[in-house]
Amino acid sequence: MRSRLQHLGVCLTGLAAISTLAACGGGDDKAAAAGAGGPITVEAKDDGCGVQRAEAQAGTITFEVSNKGSRITEFYLYAEGDRIMGEVENIAPGLTRRLIVEVPDGGRYQTSCRPGMTGDGIRADFTVKGSASRNTDDNAKLAEATQGYQRYVNAQVQPLLDKTGEFVTAVKAGKVDAAKAVYPVARTYWERIEPVAESFGDLDPRTDSREADLEPGQAFTGFHRLEKDLWVSGLQPDSGKVADQLLADVTEIATRAKTVAFTPLQLANGAKSLLDEVATGKITGEEDTFSHTDLWDFQANVEGSQAAIAALRPLVQERDAALAKTIDEKFAAVTGLLDKQRDGDGYKLYDKLTQAEIKAFAEAVDALGEPISKVAEVVAQK
Amino acid sequence: MTGVSRRGLFGLAGAGVAVAGLGAAAGVLASGAEKPAGPSVDTSAPVPFRGDHQAGITTPAQDRMHFVAFDVTTKSRGELVRLLKDWTAAAERMTAGKEAAEGGAVGGIPEAAPADTGEALDLPASALTLTIGFGPSLFDDRFGLAGKRPEALVDLPHFRGDNLEATRSGGDICVQACANDPQVAVHAIRNLARIGFGKVAVRWSQLGFGRTSSTSKAQATPRNLFGFKDGTNNLKSEDPGLPAQVWVTDGPDWMVGGSYLVARRIRMHIEIWDRTSLAEQESIVGRAKGSGAPLGQQNEFDAVDPHVRGAGGVPLVPDDSHIRLASENLNGAKILRRGYNFTDGSDGYGHLDAGLFFICFNRDTRSQFIPMQQALSGKDRMMEYLEHNGSGHFACPPGPAVGSYWGEKLFA
Repeated sequence: MRSRLQHLGVCLTGLAAISTLAACGGGDDKAAAAGAGGPITVEAKDDGCGVQRAEAQAGTITFEVSNKGSRITEFYLYAEGDRIMGEVENIAPGLTRRLIVEVPDGGRYQTSCRPGMTGDGIRADFTVKGSASRNTDDNAKLAEATQGYQRYVNAQVQPLLDKTGEFVTAVKAGKVDAAKAVYPVARTYWERIEPVAESFGDLDPRTDSREADLEPGQAFTGFHRLEKDLWVSGLQPDSGKVADQLLADVTEIATRAKTVAFTPLQLANGAKSLLDEVATGKITGEEDTFSHTDLWDFQANVEGSQAAIAALRPLVQERDAALAKTIDEKFAAVTGLLDKQRDGDGYKLYDKLTQAEIKAFAEAVDALGEPISKVAEVVAQK
Repeated sequence: MTGVSRRGLFGLAGAGVAVAGLGAAAGVLASGAEKPAGPSVDTSAPVPFRGDHQAGITTPAQDRMHFVAFDVTTKSRGELVRLLKDWTAAAERMTAGKEAAEGGAVGGIPEAAPADTGEALDLPASALTLTIGFGPSLFDDRFGLAGKRPEALVDLPHFRGDNLEATRSGGDICVQACANDPQVAVHAIRNLARIGFGKVAVRWSQLGFGRTSSTSKAQATPRNLFGFKDGTNNLKSEDPGLPAQVWVTDGPDWMVGGSYLVARRIRMHIEIWDRTSLAEQESIVGRAKGSGAPLGQQNEFDAVDPHVRGAGGVPLVPDDSHIRLASENLNGAKILRRGYNFTDGSDGYGHLDAGLFFICFNRDTRSQFIPMQQALSGKDRMMEYLEHNGSGHFACPPGPAVGSYWGEKLFA
């Protein structure tokens, strides 16, 4: 279990560039044999790259790179197509740095020293022995999960744009009541796909920061700034400008969201992080501290989490049917509690809930969060 | 069974000297405890109270803490000075393992309320240290101290994500009590508070168990409630660079030999953390959970190497990991951490109210703690799992010389 999870960690770190799980799978058994033969020393010179051994077993491979040259150097291990498996840079003359790299699959690789840290480097072939078998049926299910969630995101994007547009128009027209009415609705689409938005750097903080999350001097913008204007301080001279920026940012997020593909592991983690959002932001009533429309966001986070799990459903059902059943039951329990708080088309305001009702929500979310957190390891099974 | 069972109940870790000769029961207690830091460490012996520096800063971190912040309620400077003298006398006695006052718990006349509250009778000094500090709010016009406020004793700025509660923040005076027996620490604060009635009032207080930092290379690195070794890179008393980071040298006069204390009550969302995968936890911290080694390295004390990259050229120690942010871009500035884990029951929503009571000492908070916390609060991925809800900043004067009282030079 432990070695598998650590192994996943290395794969996960590489997910900035989106790949499927299959691209970093395999090789668990071999990982156990890691380190056989000890570290491989590398003597990097200005005109040479002496790698002690040109082959290793699949698993954890350790290089110790000593710079015996006169220029700062770096060392790479590449898979075919110059895909970086690991690198260590900025090795000054006389210095030794260590590179521990996970290589799950056997095959042909290349080592490279790059004196001066430029150019293609001094390359040599490197063979990794041992190979992981792949289950093509599983890969098909994983690919379907990715596509299924993509369809869900695409389905949220257009209403998010539409409702944010309505909200912004109302704010700019000074129609406070209309803006207040559409605010929680627009946020519903936002909160359903929040993990997607969070992967876009500055855009999420600009759009969704709470006032307490700002550093002194940092501008308060986005949904919550306008929430404060509408519910507390009244529309300000720059409210329209803030609204325009919000629409521009949401439009960019919407455009980019359509192009993002999530790996199954990211889906599992996204489902979990949506529930974390509920537990830390909504249960405490901190999310919509001025409007108290937290239950709209709450419901949307739960729905988004459920959609991510639904995409993984065939896989979970096949590998751990009991877990799938538990998750269904716990989702139903949370949804049941939410339904009790319905008020017209929306929800009761959060500051009208009793302590006992809030505690019941917290307990139901905890009960759901635990089985959801197990989905990642089920997905990662080979 | 008298003292022994009670002390066992309260989980004294370093059973060492005090329980020697008590037979099998003592053996059982000791075997369940953490590996002692070294055979020669006596966790029950007294720590000297007087000296150039106050104890409780660079002296070895004990296992338990009781921290208290007071508001001064008297309007009289004379009465405040009188209190500091009385506190100094009581503190000196208690750190030596004695009762808070002559006569103590049972030596007075039957008609009198006992001079000592009594719960530490029969207990050794347990390395008790008592450390006093003065908060920014003391330096107003009540006691004529406005001109003596050190420039470094700033009001801490708002850090991103701060959710501070007034009832857990600030205070005119703080006292940090640390000991290897929780009952000894609580006894000390209880008696100081009692001596202070009518002159000071307790504003807030915090209990801590399980130190989260080592202040000596003889101590093993402990774990925080996230389950990670914490404070591996902390300053240690053996480090030649420590004095320059901790002790005030450039004034004001009354602070030379002192240090600035920052306290932060950091609630951890441990239930959420516990559902997070090991890989994610490790990338947030930047260390392996088992060994404590920086990611990409083998042993706990291996240097963090930000130049090592994994698949796709992504740094193994992520840019937004805790250890990376805590160590970079600070021009060599460090702090001496001396915090404790805490669990204050539950929060009413079925979650433990648990976390880390962060305490650090530094020579100038403006150039050490504040930039460090600004870097962390803005970018640290761990912040998702944390909430800072209490805060304090205090100027801890130098150690009391023989015959002088806590902060004497401030009132000179």
